[in-house]
Amino acid sequence: MTIADTTTAAADTTADTAAGGATGTGAPALHFAGVRKRFRDGTVALTDTDLTIRPGEFVSIVGPSGCGKSTLLRIASGLDEATDGTVEVASTNVGYVFQDATLLPWRNVRDNVRLFAELEHLDSAERGRRVADAISLVGLTGFEKHLPHELSGGMRMRTSLARSLVLDPSIFLFDEPFGALDEITRERLNDELLRMFILRRFAALFITHSVAEAVFLSTRVVVMSGRPGRVKADLAVPFDYPRSPQLRYSAEFAALCGEVSQHLRSES
Amino acid sequence: MSVTVPSAAETDEAGKVAATTPVTGAALPRTRSRWRGAGLVSFVLLPGAVFAVFIGVWYAVSDGVLNDQQRFMLPPPHEVVRIGFLDWSNFKTMMSALRLTCEVTFSGLAISIVIGVAVAVAMSQARWIENSLYPWAVVIQTVPILALTPVLSFFFGFALTSRIIVCVIIAFFPIVSNTLFGLQSVDRGMHELFSLHHPSRLTRLWKLQLPAALPSMFTGFRNAAGLSVIGAIVGEFFFKQGEPGLGTNLSVFTSRLEGERLWATTLTASLLGVAVFVFFGWLARRVVGRWYQPKRG
Ligand SMILES: Nc1ncnc2c1ncn2[C@@H]1O[C@H](COP(=O)(O)OP(=O)(O)O)[C@@H](O)[C@H]1O
Ligand SMILES: [Mg+2]
Repeated sequence: MTIADTTTAAADTTADTAAGGATGTGAPALHFAGVRKRFRDGTVALTDTDLTIRPGEFVSIVGPSGCGKSTLLRIASGLDEATDGTVEVASTNVGYVFQDATLLPWRNVRDNVRLFAELEHLDSAERGRRVADAISLVGLTGFEKHLPHELSGGMRMRTSLARSLVLDPSIFLFDEPFGALDEITRERLNDELLRMFILRRFAALFITHSVAEAVFLSTRVVVMSGRPGRVKADLAVPFDYPRSPQLRYSAEFAALCGEVSQHLRSES
Repeated sequence: MSVTVPSAAETDEAGKVAATTPVTGAALPRTRSRWRGAGLVSFVLLPGAVFAVFIGVWYAVSDGVLNDQQRFMLPPPHEVVRIGFLDWSNFKTMMSALRLTCEVTFSGLAISIVIGVAVAVAMSQARWIENSLYPWAVVIQTVPILALTPVLSFFFGFALTSRIIVCVIIAFFPIVSNTLFGLQSVDRGMHELFSLHHPSRLTRLWKLQLPAALPSMFTGFRNAAGLSVIGAIVGEFFFKQGEPGLGTNLSVFTSRLEGERLWATTLTASLLGVAVFVFFGWLARRVVGRWYQPKRG
């Protein structure tokens, strides 16, 4: 929790840490070294994965499907364990947003957003305040009483985001959270996610299959190889925050997207 | 944009419930017909037509097939109504029997729900508990009640207690199987969501598994409700001491060849079964209908 406040968190310092991750200063928020994952059925999902995410960094991972991206997040969150290698997570307060909103269908928006606060035994006054904050931060004020099945896909994802925001995590893991949404909703949620990132200054590890989304959101984009996955390229994104939606139409943006795509396509 | 929330509980419901319980059917009665204007046709006219055919066949068998000596087996419907329902003293006897049968049914059902849910929760907590108990839950359901009468009467007498026990034996299995199914088919993603925060078993049960299981629990309750009426009647049939219930009277009227009252009692027992079944359908819609939509056929 304390790490997110260290001085290295400023976004403008991340450009020089980007190349290898290990060269920056300050304790990493998330550190994978030589991580390998072999499932019981023999599938090797990850080999020799090295990745460091520092406080204040927003790192996106792109890679072919099945290359172990989700597995990496599951290991970081403790849902799964690495077979080999070391995994260091600097905080116990980790937010994790699944691809599916995974809302409890019998709870309305407010009660869904309150879930983690209940599980972490926050006292009820604190809980109420944080829940209201999170709901307004994701723009769901007025929908507190709605049940999940009454919401659009975008609103369900906002609810899921708010649920994690309630605990104010210092590390945030996102597993293709907007993958199922239409383009317009996705871009709007990207803008709002960045607003939250600037406001809350968490370290983020974000998986997506959209190169544009990765470049738009991140301080660094990591490209993974096909299975068994490992880090194939690690590119710094030089744009300052806050990023305007118009950034998406700039030439530099397009050039960087092209570069990421090229790494994705290249063999080895 | 689609607004349904996909989950294992929804997508797998029908198939697995069918596999684990003897009584199948959608978890909840459909709340909306796709064919809206057809409500009158599908809910009034069609069952009405079946009823008319039923009465017609009844008359045909009663008047056409049976001779005067045999007619006591299936007296014509109007005679059943006249003697069984419109005769005041007969009707009074039947109502007091109905009251007693309701007592047995409702106590048996309540006990079944408590025991059934408790057993299912225990089974859901550990594989070894499930493995040791589930076969016996199946076996208890298949034991012929006749075989149990001596031992039940020895310990619990020939009256109310034994009747209720029979009722529980007959009714509790669908509650166990449906509740267990519900508890075990909670979406894996939701379990992982909870796992991220290391909740106690009790918290997981209370905040995730039980609420998620409610739709299938109600399916179990509803099936058990129908069975509990059967259980009460069977219990009364074997344990005749004390006040008579519908089952007691069925046995008396059978031996006295009072066909009209026998059939009137049978109809009343069926109506009781339908009533509790409908009540649990209604209750399920009240409790989980707000968030749970069974798959539309
Ligand atoms: N529990 C598991 N057992 C066996 N293989 C698995 C398991 N989970 C994932 N895998 C396999 O590991 C590989 C990586 O999976 P995943 O991390 O989900 O990929 P990605 O998220 O990059 O698409 C896939 O080939 C997948 O089939
Ligand atoms: Mg994945």
